[in-house]
Amino acid sequence: MTSPRRSRLVLALGLGLLAIVLAVAGSCLLGPQPISLRAALDGVEPDRAILFGLRLPRAVLAAVVGFALAGAGTALQALLRNPLAEPFVLGVSGGAALGGTIVLLAAAGLSAVSGPAGALLGSAPPVAAGAVVGAMLSTFLVFGLGRIGGRLVPEAALLVGIVFNAFVAGVITLLKMLAPPDQAARLLYWLMGAIGYESASTLAVGSVLVLLSVGTLGLLSARLNLLTLGDEEAASLGVDVRRTRALVFFAASAATGAAVALAGMVGFVGLIVPHLVRRVVGPDHRLLLPASALFGAAFLVAADALARLAFLPLGTEPPVGAVTAFLGGPFFLWLLRRQAREHDEGVQ
Amino acid sequence: MSPHRLPGPPWPSPIVDVREARHAYGRRVAVDGVSFTAREGEFVGLLGPNGAGKSTLIRLVAGLLAPSAGTVRLGGFDPHAAPRKLVARVCALVPQEPRLDWPFTVRDVVMMGRSAHQGLLGIAGRDDLGAVEGALTACDLQHVAGRRVDALSGGERRRVFFARALAQEPRVLLLDEPTAFLDLAHQVAAMEMARLAARGGLCVVAVLHDLNLAAAACDRLVALREGKVVAEGSPSEVLTEERVREVWGVPVWRGQNGATGATVVLPNVGPRSPAGPGVP
Repeated sequence: MTSPRRSRLVLALGLGLLAIVLAVAGSCLLGPQPISLRAALDGVEPDRAILFGLRLPRAVLAAVVGFALAGAGTALQALLRNPLAEPFVLGVSGGAALGGTIVLLAAAGLSAVSGPAGALLGSAPPVAAGAVVGAMLSTFLVFGLGRIGGRLVPEAALLVGIVFNAFVAGVITLLKMLAPPDQAARLLYWLMGAIGYESASTLAVGSVLVLLSVGTLGLLSARLNLLTLGDEEAASLGVDVRRTRALVFFAASAATGAAVALAGMVGFVGLIVPHLVRRVVGPDHRLLLPASALFGAAFLVAADALARLAFLPLGTEPPVGAVTAFLGGPFFLWLLRRQAREHDEGVQ
Repeated sequence: MSPHRLPGPPWPSPIVDVREARHAYGRRVAVDGVSFTAREGEFVGLLGPNGAGKSTLIRLVAGLLAPSAGTVRLGGFDPHAAPRKLVARVCALVPQEPRLDWPFTVRDVVMMGRSAHQGLLGIAGRDDLGAVEGALTACDLQHVAGRRVDALSGGERRRVFFARALAQEPRVLLLDEPTAFLDLAHQVAAMEMARLAARGGLCVVAVLHDLNLAAAACDRLVALREGKVVAEGSPSEVLTEERVREVWGVPVWRGQNGATGATVVLPNVGPRSPAGPGVP
């Protein structure tokens, strides 16, 4: 990394952190119940409870999820050499949701036999583990079926991911029929991508997992640059392609699994954010990956706050996954059209 | 392989040593018992019709493929089993149609050639910056160094990937059809750069289709057909009328370039062909 690039890295990371701080501050201070920051800091109730018990943890949770999804999205795009790749689109989030669902339902079943054992299985770490395993299995499935004649075909992998998503949605619907009604409702809300703070331990487990996995992706970012050139070229430039790719799979799946365990299926964050950040900082993943993760965090905090505020008059709030899908669906189509156009021009 | 036992210069000669190598894609045998050597300072042209196994052979040398029989040695070690980083320090491959889906600049792409000399995060040191500037200068790319590679012309883009290979500072330079899709001036420039690299002490092995360019620029030619070496030697030894007809199935006239003395072969086609019009 050359020195002008190093200063750009510092600038991008500084701006990303600033964006997170602003988004978190906005998310904490805006809401149905006006609160005073000073009162909250002085320990006056209910301001203190609202800030530290509800809004701040929720904003932090949204930040962690956005950080994970944007980081994983950036890495998957490099791996697939396609800006349309994203944990949700590729079915990785779906696989994680299925994994988490199976653990939750197993917990519900187990609690009929033994209450404490069921509660233990239904707690945060096992559900998160189920989500991570589900994410990994689906990543290997999608990238495995996306190979034609030993070569990864990005378009094929994307199609496999989309079909896999539909398949997973069906399986989850069927599984929900088996669940007791109260469990099913909880499951549905979780899967829709709802940022709801459950417990400090859930958040802590998820955050550690996300930081470790996105940190791993950050360490691999120089190699991600080479992987965008194709397997053979990366190998001839000195990259152990198989091992690097396995590590990226593993880390991106872990980040996605943790994000899904925390907030369900929040789509398109990993698509929108890296794309916009790439336009500003360029294609070097050593800049792009950390900057995308930070702006992803700020983006999801802001989207969650926006969702809450927009539906305030109705006295309800939509899951943030609905908001990101509302923004991300059209964005995906626009990117697809643009890519097709560029391909056309490239052919001429 | 432990770090202190990594092989290093001086490399054994010949630096590329392929013996009785065989490789098949599924049932299709691409390289069938090929023995082939190349030395530092030598420019070797690999010739042959499509499907003769030329590209497979350079991929075996680069360690991207493993031989199913026989041995491949690059600098004395097995390039398929060795750590990729070591292979990349010895050998650079310029692919036929380098792909670039991301908007990297020319300097970024040339700097990627330094990866094998850098740590995990690819922090550029003085050596790296020097090698990149040297490669940009050698390939006449300084004036476009900050431009996006996907905005360049075909000839310039090819030079970028050649510069990346030079920045890699290898001892062996493998070129897969360096002149494909280029106009005449760019073809000549590409061959000149390859020849200069060999004069500079590199072992250059290029897959070529243009027999006359190969004859003019290469020190030695190796002709392959159906996965086997059918002729090897100086251009005038390999490009005889009988050999060309045997390998490519085309009758040719053979002569000499009056200006350079290089061997020239021209296909006997057209109305004045001795075999008659339209008969190859």
